Amino acid sequence: MTRRGKVAWGNWTFGTALVILMLFTLFPFYWAIVASLTPEAALFREPSLWPQQVIFDHYRALFADRDFITPIRNSLVVAGTTTLFCLIVGTLAAYALARLEFKGKAAIMAFILAVTMFPQISIVSPLYLLLRALHLIDTYPGLIMPYMTFAMPLTVWVLTGSIRQIPKDLEEAAHVDGATRSQSFRKILLPLAIPSLATTGILTFIYCWNEFLFALSFTLGPERQTVPVAIALFRGQYQVPWGEILAAAVVATAPVAAMVLVFQRRIVQGLTAGAVKG
Amino acid sequence: MRKISRLGYESRLGWALVGPALAVIALIAIFPLGWTLWESLHLHELRMPWLGQPFIGLANYGEIAKDPRFWAALGHTAFFTVVSISLELLIGLFLALAMNRVFRGRGFVRAAVLVPWAIPTVVAALLWRFIFESQGGIANALLVDAHILEQPMVWFIETATAWVPVILADVWKTTPFVALLLLAGLQNIDLSLYEAAAVDGANAWWQLRHITLPLLKPAILVTLIFRTLDGFRVFDLIYVLTGGGPGTSTEPVALYTFNALLQNLRFGYGSALSVVIFAITFGLALVYVKGLGVRLSGDET
Repeated sequence: MTRRGKVAWGNWTFGTALVILMLFTLFPFYWAIVASLTPEAALFREPSLWPQQVIFDHYRALFADRDFITPIRNSLVVAGTTTLFCLIVGTLAAYALARLEFKGKAAIMAFILAVTMFPQISIVSPLYLLLRALHLIDTYPGLIMPYMTFAMPLTVWVLTGSIRQIPKDLEEAAHVDGATRSQSFRKILLPLAIPSLATTGILTFIYCWNEFLFALSFTLGPERQTVPVAIALFRGQYQVPWGEILAAAVVATAPVAAMVLVFQRRIVQGLTAGAVKG
Repeated sequence: MRKISRLGYESRLGWALVGPALAVIALIAIFPLGWTLWESLHLHELRMPWLGQPFIGLANYGEIAKDPRFWAALGHTAFFTVVSISLELLIGLFLALAMNRVFRGRGFVRAAVLVPWAIPTVVAALLWRFIFESQGGIANALLVDAHILEQPMVWFIETATAWVPVILADVWKTTPFVALLLLAGLQNIDLSLYEAAAVDGANAWWQLRHITLPLLKPAILVTLIFRTLDGFRVFDLIYVLTGGGPGTSTEPVALYTFNALLQNLRFGYGSALSVVIFAITFGLALVYVKGLGVRLSGDET
């Protein structure tokens, strides 16, 4: 009797805490959406939890007056190219690290892990001088190259963890039947690894899409700014244009949020395969 | 005999395949690191090109040691890291335990908590800045309504209150990641342990303290160190939320270094700051790799 009472009480507190946590998680998004649809003048005047008057002016201004398309295009180009390049080069490395036995493998893994952890700020100064010398400041390659510093180790690390979880019986059977490494890689592993590649690609893309420090350091103006930099540097003529900023925040968040909701399970697997199991 | 030659072949193939990725990493990450070190031993003011780039030994490091703004920034970074990680571990542990249960809406909870993690930090910072912005903002309205505040306050004008949105935003954004790492650890725990404990009449609290937490220790440790390194290089969040202000009272080391480099164009001194940050992070990372060394050996389980 008391036992059951205790369990029910536990469930009740658990439920309440979870609901509060969910409200805390979702409220900022809700509030940003509401605010992005509210006239600028009403934003800080007796804020109400429910929208009083819905307008789309901020979104119109964002694309018509401010040309928010340019940063979106810049982000897509930079994040997309980086991800693609990292996947191609990273797949080879991940295959070797997951499937081949060779000396120095453990050291390579430790090295890659170490690189994923080093602070970006510690290489801003030489990268700036290097890109300046190569006249690559404020260009796409001038962002893609620095992005490799974190994207490449991340890709290799997650992909290796993910490929390791694919059973290797089929490949071994093929080797017994006389298939070469290259054949078993192309014909057997690669098709099986497509979900791993997709997950890793999504993760790498998200990291690139969100990157701020390099994009801030190595671009000069709106021409080549990525989405996070453009939003962070939004300025109005006289005051902070909050309506537009929040509209931009909603626009920048929507694709990532959609990706996360669709690929939730895979993303979680990819993240934890790399991080915890080693 | 055949085994040896096969191993030789695998070894060469292995290095050949890993080669390109390693070359990229070496060229764009390791080589610049060496360059930073070299820069840090020189006087290099981009604003004053006529000074040239003379070698000055460890003078930049000497300046750091006596630079109150650096030590203050180090203090802010440590404060931010400790407070936000403590909260994140506590809430993350709760979330992980929750997501490990079966209940209606679990899929929704899992997806919902992932979204803050996935969005740009800049956007997260702006959302929280907006919530706390101005005396007419929503945070003030809600707190006054709930009688927690007597009247609206200006959050960003004082150091103590400026930290509130910063910490909240970080907890909001990063707790999901912490919860996921811990959840992965929870799922590795053998369920029969709980069944046996339940048969012996152990309650949930006992099970948490004597089964879950001890077995979760490795996952907690990994999370702790991951987050410590992250916290230590915090930049985006504070750049957008407070800009390091009021004054420089919430400025973390990464922001101070960024300002030294790209605002003041002091490349020698900024590089020395970078090296110091790297050294601290590297020390922490070593702990991590050592703690996890066995599992890195590449054995396939």
